[in-house]
Amino acid sequence: MSPAPPERGRSEQDEVTDAIREAALVAPQRGGHPDRAYAPYRSTALRSPSQPLVVAPASLLEQTAPVFGAKDVAATDADLTVHSTGEPLGERIVVTGRVLDRDGRPVRNQLVEVWQANASGRYAHDGDRHPAPLDPHFTGGGRCLTDDDGRYRFVTIKPGAYPWRNHHNAWRPAHIHFSLFGTAFTQRLVTQMYFPGDQLFALDPIFSSVTDEKAQQRLIARYDHDTTVAEWALGYQWDIVLDGPGATPPDPDEV
Amino acid sequence: MTLDPSPSQTVGPFFAFGLPFDGGGDVVPPGTAGAISLHGTVRDGAGAPVPDALLEFWQAGPDGRIAARAGSLVRDGRSFTGFARVPTDRSGDYVIRTLRPGPVAGSAEAPHLAVTVFARGLLHHLFTRVYFPNHTEANAADPLLSALPEERAATLMAIPDGWFGGPGYRFDVRLQGPGETVFLDLISEAGAVR
Ligand SMILES: [Fe+3]
Repeated sequence: MSPAPPERGRSEQDEVTDAIREAALVAPQRGGHPDRAYAPYRSTALRSPSQPLVVAPASLLEQTAPVFGAKDVAATDADLTVHSTGEPLGERIVVTGRVLDRDGRPVRNQLVEVWQANASGRYAHDGDRHPAPLDPHFTGGGRCLTDDDGRYRFVTIKPGAYPWRNHHNAWRPAHIHFSLFGTAFTQRLVTQMYFPGDQLFALDPIFSSVTDEKAQQRLIARYDHDTTVAEWALGYQWDIVLDGPGATPPDPDEV
Repeated sequence: MTLDPSPSQTVGPFFAFGLPFDGGGDVVPPGTAGAISLHGTVRDGAGAPVPDALLEFWQAGPDGRIAARAGSLVRDGRSFTGFARVPTDRSGDYVIRTLRPGPVAGSAEAPHLAVTVFARGLLHHLFTRVYFPNHTEANAADPLLSALPEERAATLMAIPDGWFGGPGYRFDVRLQGPGETVFLDLISEAGAVR
């Protein structure tokens, strides 16, 4: 008889990693979206509804969305490296891609917002207690409008990984937060873009809350040498697909 | 062609310099005739305030028209864009200043504000609606309100209260537990979009 494996030496991370594996075995997620109640991400315990969502047809209002335009966004908002008098530290990158609806149509002239940690993994936010340096030349917030092809483009600094308090020795893989609107209120999306090849993916409850592997891949940008700008910045491509169809006016025959 | 959607991820705790903007809750400027405050507290399953939530509101104007007008982020002080975005404060409270929406022509629903709730610990945003009690007949005929048990429908109703002496409404959001807000799985022609 072989002895039971020693309980000592199992870290809190091991337990979370086990919980991540278990959660991935339950039913596939609709649309690849995470379940709101996801045990490995502990803050979901008290913040996810316990009642099922109530199914309702989108109202006419919810089939439309706010409109943003040139007056909402300054041209420099898309370059996060020029918001100060000096150059931020870190690896300069270009992040670009297209925003599409599920039919593959470009989402034109809509607002894309990003926010992120600096190269050291520190947010310019009072609540961030990570003892990594702030960068006086980097705030980490940016905005742009998609063009007629649905394309957005940001110049920024590659964010660092950072620790968080979910469990002992928990680290977030490097990521950029994205906020997007479609042409219907129901298409709203807030998500995170990750960088290829990160060793922290399998250990991270937020990335892993998306349990389907193909859906996980949709969160990861692709290094693209054609996007890379010689002598200046590495390039990443990341396309975003919004839920639901674009808002189409109701067919008068069907009303 | 049907593409698979990009999965949602939590807004996290550090959205402060990415999403909120000056005047985000001022759908109309102070002193606007007919302006109301809409305010409330976001609470978790233990009843504790949620200080790191973000709420967005989208609505028609008092005439029932849905604005298709830029200028929500940099407001000009006179155009009604119908969009508000506010973070909760340390006490989990939010407030916006707006006008009550009128009935949208052709809409089966009573006048309402569409609401999106984001928070740290919420992996996918939640949709809900704010209705107003004075539209008695329209509310009684509203397909959503009329299909809900009374105590659940009540979670979608703004409660009139004076706030700083002016006309105001309270709309609390309970993410979980007793009095849990009704959250919506909104269906459009192509199916569920949650
Ligand atoms: Fe983050």
